Amino acid sequence: MRPGIATRALTVMLAVATLATAGCKREERRFREVPPAADATTNVVMSTLQPGPSVVSVATEHPYDKDAFAIAQGQRLYVQMNCAGCHGLAGGGSIGPPLMDAKWIYGSDPANIFSTIVEGRPNGMPSWKGKLSNDQVWQLVAYIRDMSAQHRKDVRTSRTDDMAAIPDDQNRNRQTPRPSTNAPSSTKP
Amino acid sequence: MILQAPRYTQQSMVDPAGPKAAMVDHFWHFLIITASIVTAVVFITLLIALFKRRRPVEPQEPAVHRSLTRWVSASAAMTLVIIVVFLVLDFRLGRAIATVPAQTPLRVNVIGHQWWWEFQYPDTVPSNWISTANELHIPVGRPVLLNMSSPDVIHSFWVPNLSGKKDLIPGHATETWIEADSAGVYRGQCAEFCGLQHAKMALLVIADPPAKFNQWLTASRAPADEPGDSTAKAGKQVFLTAGCSVCHAIAGTNAGATVGPNLTHFGSRLSIAAASLPNNRGNLGGWVLDPQRIKPGAMMPPNGLEPDQLNAIIAYLEGLK
Repeated sequence: MRPGIATRALTVMLAVATLATAGCKREERRFREVPPAADATTNVVMSTLQPGPSVVSVATEHPYDKDAFAIAQGQRLYVQMNCAGCHGLAGGGSIGPPLMDAKWIYGSDPANIFSTIVEGRPNGMPSWKGKLSNDQVWQLVAYIRDMSAQHRKDVRTSRTDDMAAIPDDQNRNRQTPRPSTNAPSSTKP
Repeated sequence: MILQAPRYTQQSMVDPAGPKAAMVDHFWHFLIITASIVTAVVFITLLIALFKRRRPVEPQEPAVHRSLTRWVSASAAMTLVIIVVFLVLDFRLGRAIATVPAQTPLRVNVIGHQWWWEFQYPDTVPSNWISTANELHIPVGRPVLLNMSSPDVIHSFWVPNLSGKKDLIPGHATETWIEADSAGVYRGQCAEFCGLQHAKMALLVIADPPAKFNQWLTASRAPADEPGDSTAKAGKQVFLTAGCSVCHAIAGTNAGATVGPNLTHFGSRLSIAAASLPNNRGNLGGWVLDPQRIKPGAMMPPNGLEPDQLNAIIAYLEGLK
């Protein structure tokens, strides 16, 4: 028996409702992080070499990987904290390395980016330990990953806040991260 | 959670405290009274028509027909006259409130942030330039020209007792003026929905006699006082080493960031958190530790300070008179 028009309409409505509910997660706004995520500093492992018996390191899950709001907050912090001063307004790089390309000197994992911000790196990257809350650092991590289009497309924004010479977030191609063997640029011009 | 608000004159559009608000208030009263009279006349006529004893008439009777035509024409003409009078007066009022009075105005830059107000008092000498937050000090009897801008979204400046609304638009400079007739504290409110904490984006206009205002201006140009006792000294250290100085500035120290409100003379402010709480030890402590409880979504993150650090930083900030 063919399904009646009412059944079909109901199916379509259910499908739309399911899609709409899934979309809600994208804009979830959490103002106070739960303690485990807020304490992620101690979980970051930068090297597989370590003393004693080998321990299986568990990758830190990025709390904001599907959160458009966090990416937007990260973008705001990126300008306010003057990351743009060295890395360029859209991550194109200037006296600091570019962030929108595929090259990652200190690792492309969310946890690697987190510790790069918190600990600082040689030749100019300051340590933000104690200056930004872990929440804010994670928001920055979300935006930095967004610059090379690491997030799912529907999480990324289709509009930029300012005039920009590059395509908007949704229409940029993902840069597959590759580790860079180049030493970070020194103070030489 | 009920938040006790700082003391101010009751926020009201029909209680004008300046010439601009008075003009709007007069026009508003004229509109209301005229409209009430018209409504009363219409309803009385309707009631008369309803309860009048009916007598059989021939509609085609020429005398009745003429009388009705006269009534309708007279009412239509009266309506037209009233509307034209409204229009002319409205146009004149619009011109009057858009024109800054001839007297040399005081210039203040108003910057609407999510979710607080920044007020800058520019000066030809750079070191005299002041930036303060959420409390606009103005002299009584002198027009104040407000140059307005916004770095994030559209806000709207509205102090009902002094002036109507004017939007602050990103990328587009706007200006308006206010003037206070009598000294007092007047509350204002952001009047354009601007996000999560729009409702708690208030401001206080503090109108003082010119001499007192100049005294305030001179005092505000000075750098912050050095902390006196050891607790406040420790507080300064906490301020400079913890996250505070990444966003806030205090003149006379190394903290010079412009992301959050300037705290140089914080201790002399009446309110905190964009005029949502009175400025006292308890509120300040609660705000510093967890702003997200008072204003969820505000840009300031929670600060996990130790009790003695918190005590010290409160002592330092409250001492910045």
